[in-house]
Amino acid sequence: MWKIVAATVLKGPHTMHGPKAAADALAELGRRVEAAARARLGRSLSIREVDAGSCNGCELEVHALGNVFYDLERFGIRFVASPRHADVLLVTGPVTHNMAEALKRTYDATPDPKWVIALGDCACTGGLFGESYACVGAAETVVPVDLHIPGCPPPPERILAGLLALIEAADGRIAPAAATGVSRSPPDP
Amino acid sequence: MTDEGRLETFVRGCEAVPGHRPWPRVRAGRAQWRALADLLAKTEWELLALWAEPAEVHVALRDETTLAVVSHPCPEGRFPSLGRIRPGAIRMERAVHDLFGLLAEGRADDRPWLDHGRWPVTAPLGKERAPRLGPPREAADYGFLPVEGEGLHEIPVGPVHAGIIEPGHFRFHANGETVARLEERLGYVHKGIESLMQGRTADEAARLAARVSGDSTVAHSLAFARAVEAAAETTAPPRADALRAVMAELERIANHLGDFGAICNDASFGFIHAHAMALRELVLRAAGACFGHRLMMDRVVPGGVACDLSAKGAATLKRLIAEMRPRFEALVEVYDNKPSLLDRTVTTGVTLTHLVHRFAAGGYVGRAAGRGMDARKVPGYPPYERLDFEVPVLIEGDVNARVWIRFTEIGESLRLLAQLLDHLPSGEVRRSVPGRAGEGLAIVEGFRGDVLTWVALDGEGRVRRCHPRDPSWLQWPLLEAAILGNIVADFPLCNKSFNCSYSGHDL
Repeated sequence: MWKIVAATVLKGPHTMHGPKAAADALAELGRRVEAAARARLGRSLSIREVDAGSCNGCELEVHALGNVFYDLERFGIRFVASPRHADVLLVTGPVTHNMAEALKRTYDATPDPKWVIALGDCACTGGLFGESYACVGAAETVVPVDLHIPGCPPPPERILAGLLALIEAADGRIAPAAATGVSRSPPDP
Repeated sequence: MTDEGRLETFVRGCEAVPGHRPWPRVRAGRAQWRALADLLAKTEWELLALWAEPAEVHVALRDETTLAVVSHPCPEGRFPSLGRIRPGAIRMERAVHDLFGLLAEGRADDRPWLDHGRWPVTAPLGKERAPRLGPPREAADYGFLPVEGEGLHEIPVGPVHAGIIEPGHFRFHANGETVARLEERLGYVHKGIESLMQGRTADEAARLAARVSGDSTVAHSLAFARAVEAAAETTAPPRADALRAVMAELERIANHLGDFGAICNDASFGFIHAHAMALRELVLRAAGACFGHRLMMDRVVPGGVACDLSAKGAATLKRLIAEMRPRFEALVEVYDNKPSLLDRTVTTGVTLTHLVHRFAAGGYVGRAAGRGMDARKVPGYPPYERLDFEVPVLIEGDVNARVWIRFTEIGESLRLLAQLLDHLPSGEVRRSVPGRAGEGLAIVEGFRGDVLTWVALDGEGRVRRCHPRDPSWLQWPLLEAAILGNIVADFPLCNKSFNCSYSGHDL
């Protein structure tokens, strides 16, 4: 074990530089994040992941965010065990009829202000599954969605860029109005 | 063995169904189906899967020499239960009832399984499909098995769990710390995959097969592709077979590393978790660089593979193998020399050998408890017959044994990759699949165990009916048995060492 530790010390960590906040995600958030978010979040985000019907592909890539390459927690983002501790719900899957109530109740259990991110093509649009006897479809048919991160599944870097956009928006460093096409009031002092 | 105890003898006594490949499918009348139930009580034939069509129920069986599908027409919507003889079929019969409205007479459990009373219809795939009447069923309205005794308490967990995992409900009955009963309730991620596949072209349905269970996307795609190829009487080119195996072994290594890390993490040993996850990331990055997708989704397709491996890609994989082996072996040494870690895994969550055989549980769950079945060896499929590899088998059946099966398999998969890359056949990587009617069955070995897929194609090559059976069907019930007598706090370790798929099971 100590040999591995020594090698890590000598060679340096695996951790890579973080990506820039995704521009398209910033644009989407620019229209939504209110001053209250900045006061509440500062530079940290607590996320509750809810699989509402995923094939588990998205979960694998969300897990990967925690590995030493992406090291999510250095950005102040962490996954929490209860919706009651969460600022953000990260929803995956083409919401199934069997999970719709659990998703709604998880949303209701999350304190305000809160944000919902639809992660992956299924949660964004229903994806390959769409609407059927078994699936309700996109996450926003059940809960209001603030940010979409498409992909099947989106690779960790893209997820990270989306999450960073949410933090930057909350931090007052929102994309300029010209970029979002929406005028905004200046951030709270 | 007497002739009567042979599956082949039983199959010869039934009416053969033409156009089913590569193994026979036969039709059994009511008397024969009843005789089959009696034989299942006496023999060790393995019940691999049970599924249905609107007026017929199918069961895939195997003994030492034969594999066959036995079908029983049930125009009246009823068939004699096999689950009362073989408990592995109980949930399958419940699912068949929920999806097709076909009733197993004498069934051991008459509660619904996949149908939570939330779908807008009943029997969505059956002849009697009808709009559901009345309000949706309350979540609490499910008859969990009662447990009685002084000092027992109940712990409901899920469907939304504390970690980043799939949804399912676990109902524990505990006496102090000790689990007296665990009952699983699944079906939360039922997406109607079988229904969505119907009427699609093989290529369209392949995209759904790739999403039966994201962590086994290569294995499910491969089983589907091989079933379609069997139905259409074609094969993939040799280079495609080799590339499919490269992807399958990469998937196996990546998942085993992830499980290894996650099991150690659940025993609060973060060091191995961090290093195992870093190794897993290296595998996914190599897969992404070589095949254009980190999980290799939609890369295995009917007729072959969707992308070739360049010389540069092959070199990337060879470097990965060279780097992986010493780093992985160093981690195994850490695991094996940490008494505090072994204290958590040794003798925890034991699966008994007779149950593993009774349920035909495959993968590391079976192999850690004395059942050495590996679809790459038996029945076998290309290119594995020309490759040299061992299938590890242990008998302890505890969490530690399931970890060690994974260790050995990672080593063997690295060896397989080296052999595959040294002798990659040249030539095309995909052939067009002729659009003709037929039925095909395929069994391939995923990281979790044997994936079985049955497909029936119509005259235009469209899917009439497909049933992908994830190995989890045969493993989930054993988790309930493995946790008995263990402490509640060891459940995450047991669960992670099984790592059954919710999505693969719920379909």
